[in-house]
Amino acid sequence: MLKEIINLTLLQHTIRTATPLILAALGGLLTQHAGILNIGMEGMILMGAFFAIVGSYFFSSSLAGVLMAVGVGILVGLLFAYFVIDLKSDEFIIGIAINILAGGLTVFLLRSIFGVKGAFSSPDIVPLPRFRLGFLEGIPLLDTIFNNHTVFVYVSWILVALVYVYLYKTPYGIWLRASGEFPEALETAGVSPRKMKYISSIACGVFCGFAGAHLSLGYLTLFTENMSAQRGFIAMAAIIFGGAHPIRTLIAAFMFGFFDALGIRLQVVGIPSQFTQMIPYLGTIVVLFVVAKSYIRKIKKNVEGES
Amino acid sequence: MAEKLIELKEITKQFPGVLANDRVSLDIEKGEIHAIIGENGAGKSTLMKILYGLYQPTSGEIYFKGKPVSIKTPLDAIKLGIGMVHQHFMLVPSFTVAENIVLGVEPRKNRFMMDYRKAVSITEELSKTYGLKVDPNAKVESLSVGIQQRIEILKVLNKGADIIILDEPTAVLTPQETEELFKVIRKLVEELGKTVIIITHKLQEVLALSDRVSVMRQGRLVGTLKTKDATEQILAEMMVGREVLFEELNRIEVPREEVLTVKGIKARDNRGLMALKGVSFSLYSGEILGIAGVEGNGQSELVEVLTGLRQAEEGSVMIKGVEATNKEPMEIRNLGVSHIPEDRLATGLSKKATITENMILGYHNREPYATKGIHMNKKPIRERVSRLIKEFDVRTPSQDVTADKLSGGNMQKMVIAREFSFDSSILIVAQPTRGVDIGAIEFIHKEIIKKRNEGAAILLVSADLDEIFRLSDRIITIYEGEITGEFKRREISKKEIGLYMTGKRKGMRQGGVQDEEI
Repeated sequence: MLKEIINLTLLQHTIRTATPLILAALGGLLTQHAGILNIGMEGMILMGAFFAIVGSYFFSSSLAGVLMAVGVGILVGLLFAYFVIDLKSDEFIIGIAINILAGGLTVFLLRSIFGVKGAFSSPDIVPLPRFRLGFLEGIPLLDTIFNNHTVFVYVSWILVALVYVYLYKTPYGIWLRASGEFPEALETAGVSPRKMKYISSIACGVFCGFAGAHLSLGYLTLFTENMSAQRGFIAMAAIIFGGAHPIRTLIAAFMFGFFDALGIRLQVVGIPSQFTQMIPYLGTIVVLFVVAKSYIRKIKKNVEGES
Repeated sequence: MAEKLIELKEITKQFPGVLANDRVSLDIEKGEIHAIIGENGAGKSTLMKILYGLYQPTSGEIYFKGKPVSIKTPLDAIKLGIGMVHQHFMLVPSFTVAENIVLGVEPRKNRFMMDYRKAVSITEELSKTYGLKVDPNAKVESLSVGIQQRIEILKVLNKGADIIILDEPTAVLTPQETEELFKVIRKLVEELGKTVIIITHKLQEVLALSDRVSVMRQGRLVGTLKTKDATEQILAEMMVGREVLFEELNRIEVPREEVLTVKGIKARDNRGLMALKGVSFSLYSGEILGIAGVEGNGQSELVEVLTGLRQAEEGSVMIKGVEATNKEPMEIRNLGVSHIPEDRLATGLSKKATITENMILGYHNREPYATKGIHMNKKPIRERVSRLIKEFDVRTPSQDVTADKLSGGNMQKMVIAREFSFDSSILIVAQPTRGVDIGAIEFIHKEIIKKRNEGAAILLVSADLDEIFRLSDRIITIYEGEITGEFKRREISKKEIGLYMTGKRKGMRQGGVQDEEI
């Protein structure tokens, strides 16, 4: 039985399930550096997933689906930024409002556009293309794990590198980080922190749009109510776990993705789904607990070392 | 006559409820050091923030080299060659020195990539040109305020500033650092042809440094005069609007008796780091013991340990022979300890409570103000408060308004009235005149001396060295959680004490003093 759980498919699934987490976490990480706690990621992913289906179904093109998802992501990002930055509303409340809005709006539109309840699926939805890296095909192990994923899997890895370079190697990234840590310093240096905060929020919308499109157009080509299933919050956990550093956050997202995949595998061997669906969340709690513990120990050690 | 570089004409700035600048006209000449002085809230900083584009004037005009200009953002000011060193440094703590210096004008390898190595070399070059030593790769958060100020100045110079505005630059510096800064300012003006505007409220600095001085009061410009025509007396009167007497405070010798004994106190700060590393001293009745130190060297933690607000890990506190280590604040208070906290808004009072409520705090459960500690008796409370308001000259429309309606000085007088009226034999007084106007400072200093003359033991913590020297009978210096020296007031100069405050000198005259003298 163990063999059925822990095998190459598990790793392949990990890569697949980690992808929306990586994408959303990258977006949230940008707002985090700009000093905004964006818990609206959950809603942004959900809307991205829905509108990806809308675009793909009506235009018979997965690209149109992705563009729709990104477009809606930008709109929601702008909305969030306007409330939080210009109207100075509480970011927590606006985040929750976006999540509730996304939950209600997608259910409503699912009915009014497609006339269905719960889930929508159709052969007319064009899924995202799968990628095959030719040079891997000869190598059995790597072929199974790394090949035949949707384009976003590879895009997310490239984005990690790009976000890293952007944040730490370009002036714009430095401005973004300064806008979060000490906006007055940036403002007196002649750069508008407001602009940087807006950019981060919009980028977060785009990345969450990607994440949503990957969910609904990636492997299953369907939309179900509340499809995002708290992935926005798990992405948040990955950001916190990774200290908002792109590489460390990537590792964290993979770990949470692994728990997700493990849950799916356990279901295959016949463990009741009520239990298997708990796995990712349980894993998140355990990991965060362990990390917090070791963090506290480290601080204590540092303090003692000093005195 | 020198060329007029900047002319401010009839600048008015109206904030909701406050007229911060009222038709202020001022000109700055090329190559001068122009001091702008005034009390807290006189509108100095507002005026300079308008010049730097952080605020927009409600009305009025700015001329630059004879032409009208509109400065909408700091970027406009930077383009005109105006730079500002803010009172609270505008540095990103987690960034390196080089990253901070080039912030906003980063050197680039190409369109997108920052050239960090170039940033380091720019920093090194600036550092050499202006003789201000900094380590380009050090993180700002690990540096002292003196160094941080250097970085601020270099940052401004890197942007090509010809006119440099310094907002209260000496407020956080030790005497040595202040002297260093003045050397740098003179060098900038005399050798490099820059123009400097310096905002301050320290009159001695104005006289020592500036060419001309403008005095502001309540949003208006009182006048501009040549520094060589000014004296401390003249400037003080212009600032306050009436005669100010810098009289020597009258001390009466009273019998001294040890009332507070602190031995080997160790305590951590809020981050868990050791803030006090074994502090010992004694406090005697009829004396004021001043604790001099750069802020953040353990003073706040010491006061908190003594008043029961923070736990000590080791050591002991004895109050009049009674063990008082790590006791509850109320128990310590009942042993006869009053406390003027350093932050009156956070711990000194409740902003949303009325003057009456604030001033009865601590007495509220005692007879006759409360019956059996439960029912509060309105009449005696109101009588007591109105008497205190009169006695301590708290200026308030009524005793029923909330505390946040009062000015900083009056809030502080309210806290002092409450604490001093406890008839405590030990007073722990932290930053008693921070953000308080000159008139109130005079009043508060006199009240403190009065308490001393009545035989109270007073521990004074202040970041203001002038205050320490004016009030203290004895001074101890604290640096990184350790006592570095102990002196009688007249035995040491401000300059020398600066060396102890920065740990450059240690323990030379520590110990022995009190045994012989007291």
